[in-house]
Amino acid sequence: MSETGSETPRRLAQEARDRVRFEEEALALADQVYRVARHLVGSKEEAEDLVQETYARAFRSWRSFTPGTNLRAWLLRILTNLNIDRGRRKQRTPDTQPLEEGDYFLYNRLEESTGDSTNDEERVVERLSQDDVVTALSAVPHDFRDVIVLVDIGDFSYADAAQILDIPIGTVMSRLHRGRRILKREMAEAATG
Amino acid sequence: MLDPCAHCEEMMQPYVDGVLTEAERDEAEAHLAGCSYCARRYRFEEELRHFVKISAVAPMDASLKQKLAALRTPLE
Repeated sequence: MSETGSETPRRLAQEARDRVRFEEEALALADQVYRVARHLVGSKEEAEDLVQETYARAFRSWRSFTPGTNLRAWLLRILTNLNIDRGRRKQRTPDTQPLEEGDYFLYNRLEESTGDSTNDEERVVERLSQDDVVTALSAVPHDFRDVIVLVDIGDFSYADAAQILDIPIGTVMSRLHRGRRILKREMAEAATG
Repeated sequence: MLDPCAHCEEMMQPYVDGVLTEAERDEAEAHLAGCSYCARRYRFEEELRHFVKISAVAPMDASLKQKLAALRTPLE
């Protein structure tokens, strides 16, 4: 393709506009990206580093984003990959222990802890604090936590989570199932000690 | 055969996720209709999902927002 002298500047100007728009749309999602990061990693400082690395990489490789597709998912795929790469897997011990606790465990523990079986379930959930969730999540092994954060907090579909984490949908579902049980065990720990 | 409440406990996550077959869902609902022990725990599960979803973390600092904006390609 040959280009006339006036087309190149026009193309460059168009590209600059596309880039500015991309950057603005990406920045508008920063609060949501940070929220996911904050749930994924142990500390605020780590979450801030991770979000900065994510945006640095996103701005460098903005051309590989296909306009009209899900930008939030695209950013979070970068974020989760960076998080995996940065040797966060110090505790790379996937939780393969048989889990004694079933899905009723947390409710049972909360009920026991007050010795109150009049059972107003509204009041049972009120025995939890938001801090309990954050503390409990940070104790869930990463592979499980990633899926819970994306699906149960980030509202991604199984298919989106599978794509973001680059794992099969069946693995998303099995990790989610087990991860929620681990989370309940950790919440029981956080709430009742 | 599991005891019926243990079986119901196993069906709770897929029930709340809406991925049971119709027959399984009917089976769960038939048990729940007559078992307040399980019904309470199912209601709690739904509330817990919501509670986790809205779990608050402090919003990002304004300084981080500025750092992110500074990563943008400078305009020529």
